[in-house]
Amino acid sequence: MGAIGVIALNAFRESLRDKILYNLVLFAGLLIGLSVLLADLTITEHHKLIADMGLAAINFIGVIIAIFIGISLVNKEIERRTIYTIMARPISRTFFILGKYFGLVLTLFVNLSIMLAVFLVTLWLYHIPIGLSLLQAVQLIFVEILVVTAIALFFSTFSSTTLSAILTLGVYVIGHLTADVRSMAAKGESGTVKAVVDVFYYLFPNLETLNIKGQAAVGVLVAPEYLMLASLYGVVYAGVLLAGACAVFQQRDF
Amino acid sequence: MDDIVIEDLTKSYTSGWPGRPPYTALGGLSLTVRRGEIFGFLGPNGAGKTTTLKILLGLVRATSGAAFLLDRPAGDVGTRRRIGFLPESPYFYDYLTAEEFLSFYGQLAGLGRTVIAQRVADLLSLVDLVDARTRQLRKFSKGMLQRIGLAQALIHDPDLVILDEPMTGLDPVGRKQVRDLILSLRDRGKTIFFSTHILHDVEMICDRVGIVIKGRLLASGRIDELVRQDHTQSVEIVCQQIRAEGNAFLHSLATRVLQQGQQCLLILPTPDAVDAVVGEIRRQGGRLLSVTPHKASLEDLFFQEAAPGAFHAESHRHTGRAS
Ligand SMILES: Nc1ncnc2c1ncn2[C@@H]1O[C@H](COP(=O)(O)OP(=O)(O)OP(=O)(O)O)[C@@H](O)[C@H]1O
Ligand SMILES: [Mg+2]
Repeated sequence: MGAIGVIALNAFRESLRDKILYNLVLFAGLLIGLSVLLADLTITEHHKLIADMGLAAINFIGVIIAIFIGISLVNKEIERRTIYTIMARPISRTFFILGKYFGLVLTLFVNLSIMLAVFLVTLWLYHIPIGLSLLQAVQLIFVEILVVTAIALFFSTFSSTTLSAILTLGVYVIGHLTADVRSMAAKGESGTVKAVVDVFYYLFPNLETLNIKGQAAVGVLVAPEYLMLASLYGVVYAGVLLAGACAVFQQRDF
Repeated sequence: MDDIVIEDLTKSYTSGWPGRPPYTALGGLSLTVRRGEIFGFLGPNGAGKTTTLKILLGLVRATSGAAFLLDRPAGDVGTRRRIGFLPESPYFYDYLTAEEFLSFYGQLAGLGRTVIAQRVADLLSLVDLVDARTRQLRKFSKGMLQRIGLAQALIHDPDLVILDEPMTGLDPVGRKQVRDLILSLRDRGKTIFFSTHILHDVEMICDRVGIVIKGRLLASGRIDELVRQDHTQSVEIVCQQIRAEGNAFLHSLATRVLQQGQQCLLILPTPDAVDAVVGEIRRQGGRLLSVTPHKASLEDLFFQEAAPGAFHAESHRHTGRAS
């Protein structure tokens, strides 16, 4: 376990020294600020707009970081050949992958916390009541980010950085659509369409279950059981992907 | 006792395109490195040196054959605690400072905090980078990177040190420092296995060498043994006041006759003909200036093995090994 920690902390240190990250977090702050401006222009639903946009900004920036750091996490090491001296150390390839993953998760956790703090301060400044529902939404955003990071890492163990980016984005988009498509297909007649849609539904991550931003913005809570099950689903899904990434990585030549 | 045993190792790189035949980088390579020796792994570009080292470290999987390090199969994770490795033209995390970099590798090796602090300080002074210790590696020159790479390989005081072209990119002073470092490691009982395509490096410090060409080991052993395998030695004779051009007798004995103004250089394939040639020079009224036995060097062997065609056209035919 020590080795995973060493790799993870170093990956975290790497992202701390990467300027892109600061820019993205700054951008999230700007988006939240912008929501305040927009809210001033509109007369109705002042509160809802700010909460909506704030959550969306946190989610968007989180996913962007997860994808773009996630796809380069392993690939960059191989392309830049920094992996040679790491893998020549008493560290299994599995530990390396896990260390890299948790390093990025730590980075994302810190970023998410900063964005959340900015968000909450903004709400407080505008005397908008801070409901528990907002925190529930952010929790599931974090779970979604765990899944997206695992997807990016999985693809990057066997495809180029560009291809990984495309594939990860693809899975992300499909993951948000499958539930809707499935309920549409359920109304249709065709059995084969239903079967195909079902395969997609179970194969791809059902990311829409992790999206409770809409109701959270208007202060509607979800049941604690839902929160737990949805989180568990995301964590298990990420775990399976990580196991896949380790299995693929185990076979690679550098 | 052998620290490295390689048995009939082969490696084919598949191209990733269906239909394209795989490229054979290693075609049955065997060699052993004994405990406590400096072994030079010599070969021209593309011979398969790096591929071999990567297999030893478990970075690349062999297609067939076996390799053992410190009596454990290559790629064994635990054994790497006792192995230090410097890859060729090393690339490192450039966002780390020299100090952070070395302590990171100390942590990876599982060393304790106080040990790491001590080792980092020692190694930074060993490789002359004390002044640069708080500088990020992205600001390092090529030679500095090579040196910090060496320090990285030694941070955990390994028993077996594997270096891929450790002198590349260093200036003469740096090369000498690396040579001295390798020698001092051997003095402390370590085994050193390093690859190079520079003969001079090998001739100066290696106990034994292996010559690899096109993925096969062509020869291995002590340098003097390898060179002595060449029984025939050429002899260079320089003389004056003689016109060798038209002399059929001299031409029949010498593999090369070079007339440079007054002087004439004759290269004889074996020492056997020296008496006959000297006699002929006397008879023609020439003056003998020098007779130099030309000792076959590792370089001759290397060139002959690496590019037999080029060798025959360019140089002394006779230095080839009887085969
Ligand atoms: N990943 C790879 N895929 C395909 N071919 C490869 C790969 N790595 C090496 N090769 C080929 O294998 C052969 C041996 O390469 P290797 O790097 O082992 O040579 P080398 O002896 O280290 O050469 P140099 O002195 O130039 O470093 C070369 O022809 C090279 O093109
Ligand atoms: Mg090489």
